[in-house]
Amino acid sequence: MSKFILDLIVIENRKLTDQYVLLILKSPEKLPEILPGQFAQVRVDGSSTTFLRRPISIHYIDYEKNELWFLIQVIGDGTYRLSQLKAGEFLNVILPLGNHFSVPKDYKASLLLIGGGCGVAPLLYLGANLKRRGFEVNFLLGARSATDILQKSEYDRYGNVYITTEDGSMGERGFVTAHSLLKSSNFDYIYTCGPTPMMKAVAAYAAKIKAICEVSLENTMACGIGACLCCVTDSTEGHVCVCTEGPVFNITKLKWQI
Amino acid sequence: MANLNINIGNLQLKNPVMTASGTFGYGIEYADFIDLSRIGGIFVKGTTIHERQGNPYPRMAETPSGMLNAVGLQNKGVDYFIEHIYPAIKDIDTNIIVNVSGSTVDEYIETAEKLNSLEKIPAIELNISCPNIKEGGMAFGTSCPAAAQVVKQVRRAYKNTLIVKLSPNVTDITEIARVVENEGADAVSLINTLLAMAINAESRKPILSTITGGLSGPAVKPIALRMVWQVAHSVRIPIIGLGGIMNATDAIEFMLAGASAIQIGTANFIDPTISVKLVDGINEYLSRHGFKSVSDIVGALDIS
Ligand SMILES: Cc1cc2nc3c(=O)[nH]c(=O)nc-3n(C[C@H](O)[C@H](O)[C@H](O)COP(=O)(O)OP(=O)(O)OC[C@H]3O[C@@H](n4cnc5c(N)ncnc54)[C@H](O)[C@@H]3O)c2cc1C
Ligand SMILES: Cc1cc2nc3c(=O)[nH]c(=O)nc-3n(C[C@H](O)[C@H](O)[C@H](O)COP(=O)(O)O)c2cc1C
Ligand code: FES
Repeated sequence: MSKFILDLIVIENRKLTDQYVLLILKSPEKLPEILPGQFAQVRVDGSSTTFLRRPISIHYIDYEKNELWFLIQVIGDGTYRLSQLKAGEFLNVILPLGNHFSVPKDYKASLLLIGGGCGVAPLLYLGANLKRRGFEVNFLLGARSATDILQKSEYDRYGNVYITTEDGSMGERGFVTAHSLLKSSNFDYIYTCGPTPMMKAVAAYAAKIKAICEVSLENTMACGIGACLCCVTDSTEGHVCVCTEGPVFNITKLKWQI
Repeated sequence: MANLNINIGNLQLKNPVMTASGTFGYGIEYADFIDLSRIGGIFVKGTTIHERQGNPYPRMAETPSGMLNAVGLQNKGVDYFIEHIYPAIKDIDTNIIVNVSGSTVDEYIETAEKLNSLEKIPAIELNISCPNIKEGGMAFGTSCPAAAQVVKQVRRAYKNTLIVKLSPNVTDITEIARVVENEGADAVSLINTLLAMAINAESRKPILSTITGGLSGPAVKPIALRMVWQVAHSVRIPIIGLGGIMNATDAIEFMLAGASAIQIGTANFIDPTISVKLVDGINEYLSRHGFKSVSDIVGALDIS
């Protein structure tokens, strides 16, 4: 897939919580084909401490409106600057980068998309895409408390949404892997993105029920295009770049102790 | 349009802008963004005799004006390069130069010998300055006898243009430069990264798996510029300047200090099209100042 450098226009910056914003961006040129799981390298302007671009997942794409969504969690100054963008300003991005989540061959396969924290970002576009292809989609979203469950109404549009919160303020109390759904149902495919301990717990569950499991990693990156070799993860094939061989990995390819 | 041609030994450059090893992959990674034939040359990833896995993650730390890396020369080895990568890049219409590294003198020689036979590789860059490997690498570039030995041996084994990349992690870079010139190098390139360190105060841990790594980017530019200036006054062979170049003005400064050509490294990560912008920017500078040829500005610093 060809990569492009685009100046996107900020249409809206919607504050979701103290820590999260939704950026709705429009492309002056027709957006190229972008697959669920892929990401963009976003240039951060006006930060005195942010030197490199920041990798941000594709949260959603509306091809009719030529719009692209980013879900941003404020972590440091780079993401803070992104959270302060105003409508009408430009954002320079390189995209689409990385590989993508796979689509099951059997359209009757039962699927579960598990996200925690900002890791829910790529799952919206994945869910929308899978639904359009005729799959029944189940989302399991985890957060600290109800206020951190982001964009629930958007996920509702593409599938069944199950929720866990650590304080029990929404859905079931506890971590995603403790949700009763995991005991009552069986799944053929599990897609997950979020904090590493969560993804490892999900991978262990997937291994137990013999489901195919794909995880999306968030290693720190410099180039994002396979040129610098800074972003590697250890795999059965040695060190591989998360920005080109990933960010999505079938769990059998990683050397996780699960 | 001014004449942008520059020669480095037998190496003919259509312009002085080249990309630095380890920051530009094998060139093809950037083919979606720029016309690779517009730049003077591509220094490909550090290549060693055997495959190397490099250092464990994390290998990168950011600073406000640069970055540290501790990649540790991850590559699939010279045979893989010759069989699988060379065929895919040999027809790019620019100079493809292989950056060669090793842990022993014999490894450098063996790798260089294998590259001799490649018709479309007009030069190698001997990396005696990598701070990120345990054995060899920088050890060769920080001691005059060791630098002399490796350059002498490789010079015997390698027929085409031999560029030697110098380490800034020395007290006096001109000593090493002179030794390298005496042993038959056709050119020197400088600088490689500066040995540096980054700490995460919250976790009280080093950020890099190797604790220390190599600093690059605009933070190092004034040091690189000073070293190019010093070396330009110590050797007669051409100098390729690099370290922190972010725009055409930076590149011109290196040439004024004495570099015949330049490499752009870390800046490629922020703007993958920066190399062709440098070509245009240098050209614009030359016409604005009435220079007919880019060689007119090499070492043209006015210190009157
Ligand atoms: C493929 C990919 C997709 C991503 N998608 C999104 C997304 O959709 N939305 C989003 O908000 N974020 C996403 N991220 C994460 C985002 O890139 C980082 O949060 C961001 O780079 C942090 O930059 P900053 O300047 O705000 O923080 P910094 O100042 O760079 O970092 C603040 C602190 O967090 C630590 N830190 C930062 N990034 C990481 C990391 N990746 N791993 C471990 N520690 C880290 C730093 O060491 C530092 O201590 C994604 C990352 C990847 C690799
Ligand atoms: C991620 C990364 C990998 C590098 N790998 C190599 C390498 O394999 N061989 C080498 O000689 N220099 C390597 N370098 C050093 C660069 O080629 C260059 O000397 C240095 O980064 C300074 O230039 P810059 O500030 O323009 O990046 C690497 C630099 C970076 C940032
Ligand atoms: S970030 Fe440079 S290779 Fe992945």
